[in-house]
Amino acid sequence: MPFIPHTEDEVEAMLGTIGATSIDDLFDEIPRDLLIKDLDGVPDALSEMEISRLMRGRASEDRGALCFIGAGAYEHHIPTAVWDIATRGEFYSAYTPYQAEASQGTLQVIYEYQSMITSLTGLDVSNASLYDGASGLAEASLMAVRANRKSKSKRILLASGVNRTYQKVAQTIAGSQGLTFDRLPLDIATGSSDLSGLDSQDEAPVAVVIQQPSFFGTFEQVDALTDWAHENGALVIAIINPTSLAVLEAPGNWGSNGADIACGEGQPLGVPLSSGGPYFGIMACKEKIVRQMPGRLVGRTTDLDGKPGYTLTLQAREQHIRRSKATSNICTNQGLMVTAATIYMSLLGAEGLSRVALASQEQTNKLANLLSEIDGVEKVFSAVHFHEVALRLDRPVGPVLAALAEQNVLGGYDLSGEYPELGNAFLICATETKTEEDLQTYARQLAEVLRTTADATT
Amino acid sequence: MSELPGDLKYTKEHEWLRQEEDGSVTIGITDHAQSALGDLVYVELPEVGQDVESGGEMAVVESVKAASDVYAPISGAVLAINEVLSDDPEKLNADPYGDGWIVRVQPADGASDTMDPDAYQAFLDDLDE
Repeated sequence: MPFIPHTEDEVEAMLGTIGATSIDDLFDEIPRDLLIKDLDGVPDALSEMEISRLMRGRASEDRGALCFIGAGAYEHHIPTAVWDIATRGEFYSAYTPYQAEASQGTLQVIYEYQSMITSLTGLDVSNASLYDGASGLAEASLMAVRANRKSKSKRILLASGVNRTYQKVAQTIAGSQGLTFDRLPLDIATGSSDLSGLDSQDEAPVAVVIQQPSFFGTFEQVDALTDWAHENGALVIAIINPTSLAVLEAPGNWGSNGADIACGEGQPLGVPLSSGGPYFGIMACKEKIVRQMPGRLVGRTTDLDGKPGYTLTLQAREQHIRRSKATSNICTNQGLMVTAATIYMSLLGAEGLSRVALASQEQTNKLANLLSEIDGVEKVFSAVHFHEVALRLDRPVGPVLAALAEQNVLGGYDLSGEYPELGNAFLICATETKTEEDLQTYARQLAEVLRTTADATT
Repeated sequence: MSELPGDLKYTKEHEWLRQEEDGSVTIGITDHAQSALGDLVYVELPEVGQDVESGGEMAVVESVKAASDVYAPISGAVLAINEVLSDDPEKLNADPYGDGWIVRVQPADGASDTMDPDAYQAFLDDLDE
C-alpha cells in the first residue's frame, strides 16, 4: 500500500512547474558513481501480510532461553507500569518536542529524566539522550576535542576495560575527523588497566576514557586515572552503567575534580533486550563545557504569569541553527526510550535501583563461584567483580556456548576473538531476574556439556 | 543608530579595529552587528597566544536567536581577550566600542581590507536600501 498521497498527474504537474523531467533530476547533484541500484543480499519487498507471517514464524523460534549474557546490555525486570504508561497516546512518540506551547508534558518528562541522570552521575547537566552508549562515546570524544582547545592532541586514551564495540563505533564516527583511539594495557592479573606506563607516553592525550565498572566487570583506579588526566591537560570521559551508579561513586566525584563528561548505555533503565535496539545513550557533563555538548537540552523557566514552564534551550549549539558549525549532526533524542527510563527510575526510586544493582552483583558472583567449582572452569581475574565475571575454560569457548544454547541456556559472551591474550575466556552475567534454580540449571548444563564434549574428544 | 567612533577602522563583516599606541590592534563588533544579533548570551573567545589568520574564525557570538562566527580582520597573535564577556556577554550589547571589545591582536605583516567611518556608514546605508 503506497502512503504517498500524490497522483501521477500531480507529480507531473509539480515537476513541470519547477522545470524538472523526473524525480531523479532533483537528486542529480549526487555523483552517479555513488548511487546504488540494487542492494546485494536484500530480498525484494514483501507485502504486509507476507511480512507478518514471516516475522511470526521467526518469533516462534524464540524458546524463552535463560540469558546469562551481559557485556553491555542487561536483562532487568521491567515493571508492567513502565510501558503501560510510556505507550499512552500522550507520550507515545519517539520525537523531540519543538513546540513548547503544545508539549509541556513531554518536555517535563525529559527535564525530570535529565535531573535524574545528573543526580546519578554527579555532573551538572544531562542532555535529552543520544542514540546509544557506543555513539555516546563517539560524541563524548568529539566534544572533548572541542572543549579542550588548549590540548593540541586529537588522541583519545582508553582504559583497557572500555567495550571494544564502543571503540569501533567511535573510530568509525570520529576517525574521519582525525581522532585516534589508543588503549592502556590490561593487567592480566587484576583485569584493570596497567597504569605503570602512563608517564612514559610521547604526548598527553586530549581525553582519557574510563569505563567503570569495566567491560570485564572489574574496577579501574578511577581516582588515580582522573587526577593523572587532569594533571596532564586531558579531560576525563566516564563510561557508566546507570544501574551501577546507584551504589558506585558518581563520575562527578572521581579524583580531585571529577570526570568532565559521562556517557553510557541507558538500556538497563526499563528498556527490553531486543536485537540491539532501540536503546538510548546517556550523556552528562560539567556546566562549563555545556556549550560543546551535542543533542537536545530541556530547561525549566518561568512564564509571563510566573508559572513554571519547560522548553528546549541552548539551541544555538545545534544543527538547525549553527549548520555546519553545530556541535553534532545529532538533532534529536530517543524520546520514547527516555520516557520509559524516567518512569522506571521514578517507580524504583533510589533504593529500588540500588537493590537491583546489588542483587545483580550478588547473583553474578554466586554464579561465577558455582561455575568455577566445575572441573575445567576458572575465574580469569582475581578481583572484585560487578555485573560481569570473566571465566576461562580448558577448551575453546564457541562450541561449549553453542551446546548450552541447544539446551536453552545463553551461557555468556565469548571473549576469545577480541581478547586472545585471555585464552578461552567468556563473560557471564546474572541479574536480579535469575533465581537460585536458574543458576543451578546453568551449572548443571555446563557440567554436562563439558563432560560430554570431553568424552567426544577422548 | 549611534555615531560611529571616528578613530576606528571598519570591515564589511561589521567588525571594528583600533590601532593602539604599542602597535597592537583591538578588535570588536560594531553597534550595527550587536543590534542585528540581539541580546547576546554567550561569547566564545580564542586562547591568548593563539595565532589568528585574516578571514579565519576568531570568536563566536551567540544570541538568543543565532550564533555567528567573528572572523579575524587581520592576521596575528592574540595578546589579550576580554574575559569579562565570558560571564557578562551583555556588555557587548551595551558598549560595543568600549567595554565590549573582544580581542587584542599583535598584527603580523600583511594588509587588511578596512574602511574609515564614512565609508562604513555608506556601506551600512547601502545595506538598508
